[in-house]
Amino acid sequence: MDNIAGKKSGLTWAVNVTVLALVVIWLIPTVGLLVSSFRERDQISASGWWQAPFSVELTYRTRGGEPVQQPDGSWLSEGNIFDTDEVKSAFASGDGRVTAFGTRSIAPAEFPAGTEADLGDGETLVVNPNGSYRYTTPEEQTRGPRIYFEAKTPPQFTLDNYRTVLTADNMDRAFINTLTVTVPATVIPILIAAFAAYALAWMDFPGRGLLIAAVVGLLVVPLQLALVPLLRLHQTIGIGQSFVGIWLAHTGFGLPLAVYLLRNYMVGLPRDIIESAKVDGATDFQLFVRIVLPLSFPALAAFAIFQFLWTWNDLLVAKVFLPSDDASKVMTVKIADDLLGSRGGDWGILATAAFVSIAVPLLVFFAMQKYLVRGLLAGSVK
Amino acid sequence: MNPIVQGLITIVVGVGGCVAYFYFSNLILDKVIFPATGKNPGRNINRANQVRPWLFLFPAIFALGLYLAYPVVGSFIRSLYNRSGGTFVGFENYANLFASTGFRTAFFNNLLWVLFVPAASTFLGLVAAQLTDRLRWGAIAKSLIFMPMAISFVGASLIWKFVYANDADIGLINAIRAQFGFQPLDVLQIPFWNNFFLMVILIWIQTGFAMVILSAALRGIPEETIEAAIIDGAGPFQLFFKIMVPQIMPTIVVVWTTITVLVLKVFDIVYTMTGGNFGTDILPSYMMSFMFRDDGRATAVAFVIMIVVLPVMFWNIYQARKEMR
Repeated sequence: MDNIAGKKSGLTWAVNVTVLALVVIWLIPTVGLLVSSFRERDQISASGWWQAPFSVELTYRTRGGEPVQQPDGSWLSEGNIFDTDEVKSAFASGDGRVTAFGTRSIAPAEFPAGTEADLGDGETLVVNPNGSYRYTTPEEQTRGPRIYFEAKTPPQFTLDNYRTVLTADNMDRAFINTLTVTVPATVIPILIAAFAAYALAWMDFPGRGLLIAAVVGLLVVPLQLALVPLLRLHQTIGIGQSFVGIWLAHTGFGLPLAVYLLRNYMVGLPRDIIESAKVDGATDFQLFVRIVLPLSFPALAAFAIFQFLWTWNDLLVAKVFLPSDDASKVMTVKIADDLLGSRGGDWGILATAAFVSIAVPLLVFFAMQKYLVRGLLAGSVK
Repeated sequence: MNPIVQGLITIVVGVGGCVAYFYFSNLILDKVIFPATGKNPGRNINRANQVRPWLFLFPAIFALGLYLAYPVVGSFIRSLYNRSGGTFVGFENYANLFASTGFRTAFFNNLLWVLFVPAASTFLGLVAAQLTDRLRWGAIAKSLIFMPMAISFVGASLIWKFVYANDADIGLINAIRAQFGFQPLDVLQIPFWNNFFLMVILIWIQTGFAMVILSAALRGIPEETIEAAIIDGAGPFQLFFKIMVPQIMPTIVVVWTTITVLVLKVFDIVYTMTGGNFGTDILPSYMMSFMFRDDGRATAVAFVIMIVVLPVMFWNIYQARKEMR
């Protein structure tokens, strides 16, 4: 349409800027999550993720070395606070800068760096911006002085959150549970739906139109209706809350979309191919397995992606049809019910858990977007 | 048993069972019940072909009937009984619901969601579709706007917690407010407007869906109509709103209704963000607060959702039947 729309260059420029703004707005929240998942807990609470590449000012607590008696009788402790045991690991890169220091926890930044602080009783302490300190006292002390200081900390990115999430919080178990729910719940409906879709598309029998209408109607039945009666049914027939139960439930809930999508696609297959196969003596079963099924691959792939995303991301069905013990929680339930409660303030862990749970769907999405779009279009554009 | 092993067995049994069912049922039909030999081969073949569609359809009809059709009736019947399910109480559950303020809040909020989310998603999707269609990097832009579609509602809620957090060092909104010297504020606790902050999350997810479908529809518009409008001197806005939008109206309706139905199912966002507190409950999340505790009430809420969806259902069936003719 470019050549006929007769656009002015000003308009093109405006369109570019608008789309760029839209894309940035759409991406910002996810980028925030991703960045936060790699930051240290202290850094997350000290500055926003958008400041992650910059240094943050954090308050540290450490203890200086033990004072040594000098020839004049006073006691002196000297050294560099960045090298003290308690903070060594945070300043491993060696580019920390002290901005202020203090000796009491209620006033950790009482004195600007480089000034000599008079602590009373003849004690003095000075901490320079480069971290070197000098503490003098007239009397013998058994321990080094307690020093608080505020320092510019270089940005730090770590995989600690991922380590915690994947090992300590049962998230590894939840990940495997999600996978266990998803794969059978994606594979099983496809076959059932494909046969039904073929019958609805290419076989003639009374009541076909009615059945198609019924499938269209069932597409919009709210899941909420199914929860109570089906859970009861599962309990009556002995499945109860279990993986078998959730596989069956997902199969049932996914079928209307599967039948609808596949039928819409199969109806569009060229009539010639199907009729000439019939003339050559192929039975419906052969026709379906040898010709229609291979030709319908794009629609099958589209539904598989839908069903995969839907079952992976589902919270409602998992909450109702799976037991609520820790051993069978899927990731969405784990995050919504456990982490948000117990680790509500631990943003790094939350971000990481969320990212672990959305990583697989995002991979599938970007790898198979073509099929997803095609499937969407088969479902809604005529 | 280890769930993974159980899962693998299920796949094998499920897929193998389906294949075996379809294969052997066809075989038995053709060789045993109506063999194409003997006295009346022609009649037998015809009869076999009359039965065969039902062989193909049976598993799907059975599963659909059991998992979707039966619950509609089952839920309705259950909603007429009391909490324990032992006593028939007629429409008492419904009467109690409509009398409770919690339900009325949820109903009113749901109405807001149904009005606002489809409208905003469709509009933004339409704008995004039209704008990206003309760009060289439009495909990338589209794919990035479409991306939230793959993210779970729970994941999306967590993502947006980093925007809404009541802390200028975590929440983006409060960081921007802090730049202008305002105090931090928990946007999820502002009465009434907090609903809209929750809706934004769903709009963020659904705009990509609307965009993808509408962009295909826009491409399907015959070029002659556009050329004619340009020759007649239509500006870009006139072209868009008076020529293009009316031609893709049927698709807009499909997108709108699809998102409307989705809105009535999503309880995850409210559940994760506010737990239904601060006056943000909607019907699906309100139902979950009764789930496992009072099945009578829970099914009554579910049935109310069903009634709200009914018009969309009839409209869809009507459209589908019109297309088939």
